[in-house]
Amino acid sequence: MPALKPSIAAAVLLAGALSAPPALANPFETRLANGLRVIVKEDRRAPTAVHMVWYRAGSIDEKDGTSGVAHALEHLMFKGTRTLAAGEFNKRVAEAGGRDNAFTSRDYTAYFQIVPKAALPEMMQLEADRMANLKLDAKEFASEIKVVMEERRLRTDDNPQSLVHEAMNSAMFQAHPYRRPIIGWMDDLEHMTWQDARDWYRLWYAPNNAYVVVVGDVDHREVFRLAQKYYGVLKPHALPERKPQNEPEQVGIRRISVKAPAKLPYLAMAWKMPKLRDVQKDRDPYALEVLAAVLDGHDASRLAKNLVRGSRIAQSAGAGYDGTLRGEASFVLDGQPAEGKTVAELEAALRAELKRVQDEGVSAEELARVKTQSIASQVYKRDSLMAQAMEIGGTEAAGQSWRDIDTLLEKLKSVTADEVQAVARKYFKDDTLTVAVLDPQPIEQSKPRKPSVAVRH
Amino acid sequence: MRTLTVFLLSLLFSTLAMAGVRIQHWTAPSGAKVYFVETRVVPILDVQIDFAGGGVFVPAGKSGLAGLTRSMLEAGAADLDEEKIAGRLVDIGAHLGGGVDSDRASVSLRTLSEKLERDAAVDLMRTILSAPTFPQAVLDREKARSIASIREAETRPDAIAAKRFAAAIYPGHPYGTSPTAETVGAINRDDVVDFYRRHYGAQGAVVSIIGDVSRAEAEAIAQRLTEALPPGGASLVPPEVAKPVRATIKIDHPAAQSHVHVGLPAIRRTDPDYFPLLVGNYTLGGGGFVSRLMKEVREKRGYAYSVYSYFAPRKLEGPFEIGLQTKREQVGDALKVVDDVLGGFIAGGPTAKELAAAKKNLVDGFALRMDSNAKLLGYLSTIGFYGLPLTYLDDFPARVKAVTAEQVRAAFARHVKAENLVTVVVAAD
Repeated sequence: MPALKPSIAAAVLLAGALSAPPALANPFETRLANGLRVIVKEDRRAPTAVHMVWYRAGSIDEKDGTSGVAHALEHLMFKGTRTLAAGEFNKRVAEAGGRDNAFTSRDYTAYFQIVPKAALPEMMQLEADRMANLKLDAKEFASEIKVVMEERRLRTDDNPQSLVHEAMNSAMFQAHPYRRPIIGWMDDLEHMTWQDARDWYRLWYAPNNAYVVVVGDVDHREVFRLAQKYYGVLKPHALPERKPQNEPEQVGIRRISVKAPAKLPYLAMAWKMPKLRDVQKDRDPYALEVLAAVLDGHDASRLAKNLVRGSRIAQSAGAGYDGTLRGEASFVLDGQPAEGKTVAELEAALRAELKRVQDEGVSAEELARVKTQSIASQVYKRDSLMAQAMEIGGTEAAGQSWRDIDTLLEKLKSVTADEVQAVARKYFKDDTLTVAVLDPQPIEQSKPRKPSVAVRH
Repeated sequence: MRTLTVFLLSLLFSTLAMAGVRIQHWTAPSGAKVYFVETRVVPILDVQIDFAGGGVFVPAGKSGLAGLTRSMLEAGAADLDEEKIAGRLVDIGAHLGGGVDSDRASVSLRTLSEKLERDAAVDLMRTILSAPTFPQAVLDREKARSIASIREAETRPDAIAAKRFAAAIYPGHPYGTSPTAETVGAINRDDVVDFYRRHYGAQGAVVSIIGDVSRAEAEAIAQRLTEALPPGGASLVPPEVAKPVRATIKIDHPAAQSHVHVGLPAIRRTDPDYFPLLVGNYTLGGGGFVSRLMKEVREKRGYAYSVYSYFAPRKLEGPFEIGLQTKREQVGDALKVVDDVLGGFIAGGPTAKELAAAKKNLVDGFALRMDSNAKLLGYLSTIGFYGLPLTYLDDFPARVKAVTAEQVRAAFARHVKAENLVTVVVAAD
């Protein structure tokens, strides 16, 4: 490791001191007899608490024909239980002075409330109730699925870059379920029934497929006691077998293009990558993460410096790699060419940046900057209860443990320049590359999309 | 995600509140007003400086000048070029933020509070505030990027709707103008230098500081940031706002959804009707899933994913707006529901039950709005920039509790008049 400058060394010590508070371990974890795990991080800076329930069921677990059902069920979870009327959940949270929401990803579905701490027991009681007692019927479903279709129109159908990403995922994955959009294909949404949602709920919503994360001004022993009281009474059940559905090896570049009303073209290039499997033994995923940060981790990183400010080939340019996930990983380079530049020129410029790393490696200064950024961001994260809860929940969702969070950071800091150069050389082969392009169309000549089936009333 | 709007709205109509937050206030020798909260829980420091340098002050034909001036601060200062500025920030793990809105230009800094990082970060912030060089080559590049993104935005239904709505409710007023390729193209370096000199002075500056420093350290930071600013900045007064005439504007677009805005210019940040409108709007469309608009438009009929209303008070009359997106074939039906809900609310106000629920959320949720340094920094700068009382946070619960249904009705009748309501629909059949 290169010698640290004094200012960086101070930050390291600072972060080290903070991550190891005296006497007690924090967070705390317990496992109820029904399999539900409860993770509590005490943070007493404000009289509030974040309560989250994470289910290990996301779009990765869906089947063809019912894409989007994980997300549709997320909406329906607010439509009442055997003892709670539709809309009552939100009302109870609001009356407690809180806010609540939920989100669905490829790997999980999560629900959260941020509340004054006195309301935490009520939130736990409400979440436990809808974990087991959701009431689903045709009437509420018919109304809510329309809302989901509006959400799809807003996020995807009228958003050219989202359309490109949707098309890119379905081109790069042919067997793996990441090929399906989280929100679902519109045709699947139009043919979804309330029974599809009910089946999903019965399959996956169980204490043994969930974990609870609480961060805030709480005593972990009290939270464990409340968890036993509210969640402890729920019955576990056997979960469906999760088949691996591994993607066959890609043997050749794939190129696709999407037409949509826009002015600037957009380019995304995605290479298949290894993901993090063994936190202790793996090296390449950490090196790929550092590579992404060298290219696009901060204001002084290479893509902004060289392509946006330097050569001015790009209006915008980015790089991303996420190795902590349940499914298959990829490394994405993307951007918009500057006015007067072409997608081909941008693709060549992005490839040239990769080649520079392959040929010349990265500097000690660049590595030090990536480390400084990750140390500082761990300190800044402590300003937000939600950011801390998300970090715990997200790490667990990918199959790691919150206990690994410090290790993940240490491993990232241990990456060498040689390792970054090695992964740049090893993984960026055209045979595993998918290139997706937005072909912009003038809005005057574009026609509104028609619904694919008759509109229901 | 179930919805995007709830959090957004809580920011737009920022409710400032937390008992026990001690705000210290003084005027620095430079003339800048300083607002400070000491909190040692996390070893970080946040600083924000606000100037009366928003879009409202831009001369006709130069729309985009406020934003360009703000972003050019980081393009070069003293002997540092933009790469050195970016590199130094990254080396100490600090972030610069901020931007411009209609009223304000802001520069914010987040840094570790350890002395080495803190001093380096404050020095860098001082340099970009006091000695920007506005290099011509970077200005040319940033103008080109800005023009490209404006042209891109002109193809997007959400951006078209927002621009057209602002223009329609603020006819002839700078609040209604948005940058175009022509106005950005017309900006030259002298315009930027001149705007900087007029608007980035210590006299009009508000410095907000929160975090792990002492009062003495905060005093030194505030003075250091502002002592070398240019002389301008005092007594800048934007032109008055006129009310628009009721109108419906439809714009063609091939999108699957229509984008709808309904609204008008409503209140200033210092208006005494602030609290009745805040409490009332919670019931109308500010309270997320429990609001009337959400229940009628989304929950009952499935017409929209997102539907909301908000007041965004400014120095002058800031907008009241209802917004939604819906499948283009049903936009007429959705608009009818919005009309009925708004009309019903203006005529009758909230029920006793609704009023109690709104107050309970706003008062009990008080702690949530103030539970991080980042949130508090935003509130400090709002109090400072808009000249709200120092006791604003402490007074908040009592002011909310004191609102009556009659006050809500009267305030809506005064500020949301049917004769001034403008409707903009993009992608209508």
